[in-house]
Order: sequence, then C-alpha cells, then structure tokens
Amino acid sequence: MKIVVCAKQVPDTTEVKLDPKTGTLIRDGVPSIINPDDKAGIEAALQLKEKCPGSTVTVLSMGPAQADVALREALAMGCDEAILVTDRAFGGADTWATSSTIAAALKKIDYDVIITGRQAIDGDTAQVGPQIAEHLGLPQVSYAENVEIDGDCLKVQRQFEDRYHIIKVKMPCVITALAELAEPRYMTVAGIVDAYDSKEVKVWGLEDLKDTVDEANIGLKGSPTRVKQSFTKQPKAAGTVLKDLTPDEAVDAIVAKLKEKYII
Amino acid sequence: MSKNVFVIAEQRDGKIMKVSYELIGKARELANDLGQDVVAVLMGSGVEAVAGDLAKAGADKVIVVDDPMLAEYVTEPYAKATTAVIKANDPEIVLFGASSIGRDLAPRVSARIHTGLTADCTKLEIDPETKLLNMTRPAFGGNIMATILCADHRPQMATVRPGVMQALESCDKVGEVEKFAVEFTPADMNVEICEVVKTDKKSVDITEAKILVSGGRGLGSAEGFAQLKDLADVLGGEVAASRAAVDSGWIEKDRQVGQTGKTVRPDLYVACGISGAIQHAAGMEESEFIVAINKEESAPIFGICDLGIVGDLNKIVPKLTEALKKVD
Amino acid sequence: MVDFKLTNKQLLAKKLFAEFAEKEIKPLSSEMDETEVFNLELLEKMKKIGLMGIPYDKKYGGGGADILTYAVAMEEISKVDASCGITMSVHNSLCCPCINDFGTEEQKEKYLRPLVNGTWSGCFSLTEPGAGTDASGAKTIAEKTEDGKYYILNGQKVFATNGGFADVYVVFALTDKTKGPKGMSAFIVEKGTPGVIVGENIKRMGIRAASNVELAFVDCKIPAENLLGKEGKGYGIAMGALAGGRIGIAAQATGIAQGALNEAIKYSKERKQFGKPISSFQHTQFQCVEMQTRIDAARLLTWRAAKAKDDHENYTPLSAMAKLYASQVAVDVTRFAVQLMGGYGYSREYPVERMYRDAKITEIYEGTSEAMKMVAGGAVMNAVK
Repeated sequence: MKIVVCAKQVPDTTEVKLDPKTGTLIRDGVPSIINPDDKAGIEAALQLKEKCPGSTVTVLSMGPAQADVALREALAMGCDEAILVTDRAFGGADTWATSSTIAAALKKIDYDVIITGRQAIDGDTAQVGPQIAEHLGLPQVSYAENVEIDGDCLKVQRQFEDRYHIIKVKMPCVITALAELAEPRYMTVAGIVDAYDSKEVKVWGLEDLKDTVDEANIGLKGSPTRVKQSFTKQPKAAGTVLKDLTPDEAVDAIVAKLKEKYII
Repeated sequence: MSKNVFVIAEQRDGKIMKVSYELIGKARELANDLGQDVVAVLMGSGVEAVAGDLAKAGADKVIVVDDPMLAEYVTEPYAKATTAVIKANDPEIVLFGASSIGRDLAPRVSARIHTGLTADCTKLEIDPETKLLNMTRPAFGGNIMATILCADHRPQMATVRPGVMQALESCDKVGEVEKFAVEFTPADMNVEICEVVKTDKKSVDITEAKILVSGGRGLGSAEGFAQLKDLADVLGGEVAASRAAVDSGWIEKDRQVGQTGKTVRPDLYVACGISGAIQHAAGMEESEFIVAINKEESAPIFGICDLGIVGDLNKIVPKLTEALKKVD
Repeated sequence: MVDFKLTNKQLLAKKLFAEFAEKEIKPLSSEMDETEVFNLELLEKMKKIGLMGIPYDKKYGGGGADILTYAVAMEEISKVDASCGITMSVHNSLCCPCINDFGTEEQKEKYLRPLVNGTWSGCFSLTEPGAGTDASGAKTIAEKTEDGKYYILNGQKVFATNGGFADVYVVFALTDKTKGPKGMSAFIVEKGTPGVIVGENIKRMGIRAASNVELAFVDCKIPAENLLGKEGKGYGIAMGALAGGRIGIAAQATGIAQGALNEAIKYSKERKQFGKPISSFQHTQFQCVEMQTRIDAARLLTWRAAKAKDDHENYTPLSAMAKLYASQVAVDVTRFAVQLMGGYGYSREYPVERMYRDAKITEIYEGTSEAMKMVAGGAVMNAVK
C-alpha cells in the first residue's frame, strides 16, 4: 500500500504569548512543531504500514526551507520518503492555492491513500484536505477517529458531534485525521540517524511541478481570498477583582452581584 | 449579477440544527445592508415539512432538495446538491455552519466552483463602501483575528462558528418554498455507510445552557467536579471545563470550552480554577457575566472577568452553593 | 572544533531527549526518589527510543549516533532526573564499551547486540569494599578450572550501578594474585548465573532511584569464553571505559546544574517578596549569570571531550577535566538553587533539594575529583615546555 501523508510545520500556537506593551504576538522563540493532527496522520500511516508489509509511507509538506526539520522528524518516526514542496512562487497562498499546489505535487506520485490532518493550529481552517480531494477527484472521509484496511477499501470511523459513521471507501481516497486517530510514537535515536544519513528529502519547486500545476492557481496571485487586516484581540474591559476575602465574604460578594444582575 | 445571501441549513434526522437559525439571523442583517434577500437551502430526505421553520426564522425563501441520497450526510451527494443550487442561483454570499458537516462540505464545494472560502467566522459585515463581505475569524490558535475578503470570485463563502451569531425571534413569516431536483446517479454515493452510531445523548450541549459552572486545572482531580455539579444544579445550569481538565481525563470532551472546544455565550459563566489562557478565553469571553475564582492573583482570567475572587475554590464553591440554596 | 553549535541531526536528537524527559520521566522522578525504586516500565520506554545504546554501531542494533549526541542525551535526561542519567551512563559508557572494544565477534553477537538494541541493560562492576580509587586493593579472584573450560569467581563488589536488574555484568577479577592490577582480567557474567548474589539497594544520599547494589560471587562458575580480551588486560579495559564514562558524568553534572538553575529562575519570577518578584532584584540576576556562565563552561568542556573521542584523539585528560569542573559546578549550582528558593527549595515538594543531593556523587564516582587531577596531571604539566 502506498500511503502519502501531507504534513505542515507550524509554530506551537499554544506557546504563543501577547506582548502586553505592544499588543502584538511574540513569535520569537516559539518552537516549530509538526501540526498535531498531521502527526496523528503520520502515526496512523506507520501503523497501516506495519499491518500491510511492503507498504511505503511518503510524507509531503508545502512550506519554507526550514520545513525540512519537520520532514526529518517524520522520517525519524519511520516514514520512508519525504518531499518538500517549496518555492517563492507558492508564498502567500490561501487554501485554494495551497491545495492546488499540493495536488499538483501529488499528481506526480503514486498513492493508494492520502492522509492529511483535519486542521492546522495556525490557519485553523480545516479546508486544505477536502480541497485536495476535490482537485484530485477523490472521495474524502474527514474527521477520522479510526482507520482500518478492508481489502481494496478502507473502513473509517468518521466523527460527528452527536454520532459517528463507519464508512467504507475505496482507494484511492483522502482521509483527514483527528489528533485522536493515533498517539504519535517517539522518534528513536537510530531513526534520527537514518533520517539524516540514509534518507533524503526531495525538494520540488515550481519548475518540478510545471507539467501538473496551473500557475494561475498558485501563490498570492492565485488566491481567491486575501487578508485585509489582522489584529490581536481587544481584551475585555477589566471587571472587579477582590482579594484577601474570607470564603464567607467572597460568597456574599458573589451572591450580591448575581442578584444585582438579575441572574438569580 | 450575483444576488442574495444563501444559508446552507444543516439538519440531522430531520431536525434543523440551531446554527442554521443563527446564520439566518446574521444573513438577514447582511441582506438588509445589500438590499437583497435571504435564501435558506435545506437538503435531506423527508425534510419538506420543516422547511417552514427556516422561513419563520427569517428566510425570504427556502430551497428544498429532498432526496433519499441525502438521508444521512455523505460528502459527495451533498456537495453535488449544494453546487447545483449555487450554480442555478448565482448567490452573492453563501454561509455554512462550521460544524463537522459544514467544515467537510464547504471546502469541497468551494473548490468545485473555484471560489474563496473563509473558515470559522465570528464576525460578518458588509463594508459600506465596497459592499464586500468582511469575514473576520480567529487564527493562530485564537491569538489573532484576521479579516478576509473574497473580492473577485463569487459566491463569497464562509463557514460560521456555531454559538456566535444571534438567531432572530421566531415570527409568523411564511416564505416561498421552492423544490429543487438534483439528478443523482448511484456513482454519487462513492462511499458506503456501514453503520450509523449515535453517541450517548445524555451528554448535554453546553452551548445551549444559560448558566455554566466551569472547572480547570485548579480543581486538581475528577472528584473536584462534584462540587461544581452541585453549584450548577442549584443555579439551574450545566458543568463545563477547560482543555486542561479534559486532557487530564477528569471530564468528557463535549464539555470543553475553548478554541478547540465549544464557544459558549451563557448569561453566567463561573470559572473555577481556570487560568484563562487565550485558548480558553476564546470560547467564553462573550459570556454575559463572568465570575472567576482562582488562587493565583496573576491568572489571566482576572483580566476578562466581571467579578473575580482571588481565593480557594474548594472553600468558596461549597459555601456559595449553600448560600444560593437559601436564596431560593 | 571551531563550531560551537550542534548539527541539525544532533538538534533533532536533543528534541527527542527533551520531550521524552519532560513527558515520561518528570512525572515519575519524585516518586522514584522517595521509594528508591527505579521504574522498570520507564526503563523499557527508555530502551524503546534507543537511550540504551546511543553510540553503538547500527549493525548490532545500536543508535549509530556520535558521542556528542550521547552527551546531549545525558544532559537532557539528567536535567530532569539524575538517577535515569546514571542508569543510562553506566550502561552506555561503562558496560557496553568493554564488550564493544575488546569483545570477539561471538561475544558481540551474543552480548553486545541485545545490550544496544534495547533488549538488555548492563552493569559494570569494578569497585570493592577495599578498592575504590586504589585499585590495587582488589581481592575478587577468578580461578581457571583444571580443564580450562571455566573460571570460578569469588569475591565481593560494592556500588554496582544497575546491578539490581541488569541482564549482564562486566566484572573485574584477579586471574593472577601476584601482579597487583596487572593481574586483573575482565569477564562477562550473565544475570542469574548460580553463585551471583545480588544485594539490596544500598541506601544513599542521592540518585536514590538508581539501582546500586553489592554483588557477591560465591564459587560462581562462568564459561572461559566469557573472558574479555586477554588475561591481565582487565585493568586497562576498566580504565579505558572509565575515561569515556567521565564524558557521561560530566554531561550528567551539567544537566543536573542546568535543571536546578532552570527551576530556581522559574520560581524566582513567580515568587514575590517586598512587592516584587525576586527575579527582579539585581543580586538575583547577578548570581544567576554567574551560575549560567559556569554551566555553559562545563557544557563546552564536555563537548570538547566528546568531540575528541568522536575524532579518535586522546581524550582522557579532557574528559577528566570536564568531569572535574562540571561536578563542582553541579554541587555549587544546586546549592544556590535551594538557597534562592528558600524554604520551598528545601521542601520535597520542589525538585531542587533532590538535585542538590544528586549532585554530590558526580564528584566521587567514576573517579573522584582528586583522581581526575591525577589523570590530567601529566598532560597539563607536559603541555608547557
């Protein structure tokens, strides 16, 4: 089985803080990680490979040159090959342009299943996976909590808020992974040595995709949506904070306020 | 010329989801600013009967696609139907709820018709000069807000975060109902649903509660939630939690409030032992009245609450419950 | 070495070690120290990610990484738990090198492979009640049987780290009682061999979770094939292993110091006295700068020794100097950390008192600080003409 996992290197947004003086984000020193949903996808792919000997797992990422580090981590976890899709021409892409570029790269390789993460913790859109599926004309099953092999099909447990579906989908197909799909394994020392010494990260630029990509669909120019403005959120006006009260005094203060606001 | 604000309504088992009403409420405002109409699109099987509810919620027209292929949500049949409706009507704006259905359907459709899509919007406004839809949404884990435009492609599409927009008061409006037929073929059902398993509905939808008593890392254990349940019961509310408490396995995930949990706007939100980091605040800061109890004076929650108490929740919460019992 | 930075490969390894220490080891450290029992499930996890066998050839299933990567691992793990650090160190740089450097191909297949591929853990047993820094006090003997097929071991070893659970011990015993250390030989002994008596964990000031036991050999019969190298070469094998082991200990000491300083600085930013966090006082900052400067120096001395070993240069005086300096830094910085954290630093609720207790042993084991000065003395005096 040929499995391709699309992964993104992202800043660890749970570590990002606001500079209280300037009101802007402090991006310095924020570690870069493999997006958690994607990492679960990598783990799921590695587990499928273990169940189906002879399979290969290729990890693909569209990003700047430093995404190489994230791809090496995926290789160190056990992925067989890595592809970095990078070019200045791809920069500034929205999800349409990103998915178009990644789809163009995928058209150059053989696959039975494509796994993406459900959403990235920086963009938070959850759009790229389904859009890749549309560009490639493949069935998609998103919000995957569990994936099993069933002959030439996959059986996927697809999560909804109030239920789940067990879906049988014929390969080739696209699955988007939830973080719950699989607990990612640690790298190993030997894996890290292999990732740098005996495995390679192929680098593909615009030139390498020229026979599969439509240049009108890439980068900033190819993006139907554009950011007009971004800003940090205005903190809510401060309320009253009381300290050094005894528990009884605290309770009285709360009850009084709730009465005042007609909540009780 | 593209015209009208479309709302792709969401139904499950023939019941229209709350987010659809919220979207119609917002669509009404946008349509008023544009001088255009609100059209709701209802897809399903045997759902004609509830189409009228969408009109009562403020839609001028309801387009119904009723077909057995649409009984249970599967991407391709729904994508085909949505695309067909959009192509036949050329809307200016199309809104979806950012549910696990909307976030699967909208990107597929937007790619199929080659237009822009903005995800998880918390604010939608028509720019008075350009008449473009300004779509504002959180990004970077909720740390920043971005306003997005889709200037040159139509329709302008957005998925909208549930629990943020306001539904209108139900009225006696009777809108036009149009039946729309889609030519499905068996090939459109390109996956097979082997099983549909409803997860235990004893679990409550915290987005519907008017009062929430929420617990975080400061509770220290699963047992800590018992005192919150007592307080919630006497207030007639529900228990919620921060991600820290859910990740620690102290309570179920569907009670999680925050960037990766649910967004809530109750009348009262009592945060107990919750530090109030941005990811959590993102899910509750629009609550009408926020009370915070935390022993750390420097906890960020004190910056967004209306009433903050620096103290030991284990002493205060039980006493508060007792005091409130006496009030009633 | 002009470049003071780690390579991308080493940085990725550092990421693995730091994450593992934070997620898997940190939650267990306090309990392991209080109960004085090493968590064997944790040991299995350590083996699974390759911590036990880092610098060994992949053809035996080892990590295939360099000594510098091993030093990075030792530091990252010891930042969180020095007991885990020594467990790794005795295995990686005392037990395994003896077999790797002096074993026959058969011995390597039989013993080195499982030791470095995550199956077994190893112990190195040289020290005796009467023989610490002075190895000539060794009394454990290994007598060859008449038919030449076995050695019979008799004697008493003490402070054998990992001895409580190790699968393999490298044991040093006299095959010739008349030649002093030159009569010493090295042997591979398997766990469970009749005549091996594993004692209780010795109660110690620090690194309490590490297994550290008395080993008694009572007419312990081992196959003659388990002789490592040649008779009479044992002392040299032991000293060679110890020279490399000191790189691990220097890294461990650096890690203990950095871990303690990190805890103290973090605490000082939250702890308010006189209306301000104590981190804002200039005196606090000045002291922290001094401590961090010394830790950085200890780290660089450690890296210098590791790089020299990787480059097959004479690293023996370098590792002695690194351990000498780093161990002193560990004791000083942990003492400072407890002081800065005051009463809470002294309480067992915070980890620095454990780190202070853990630090002391780095000035003693694998060669005392005094012995380090002896080891480096010749090189230092002869460097100046």
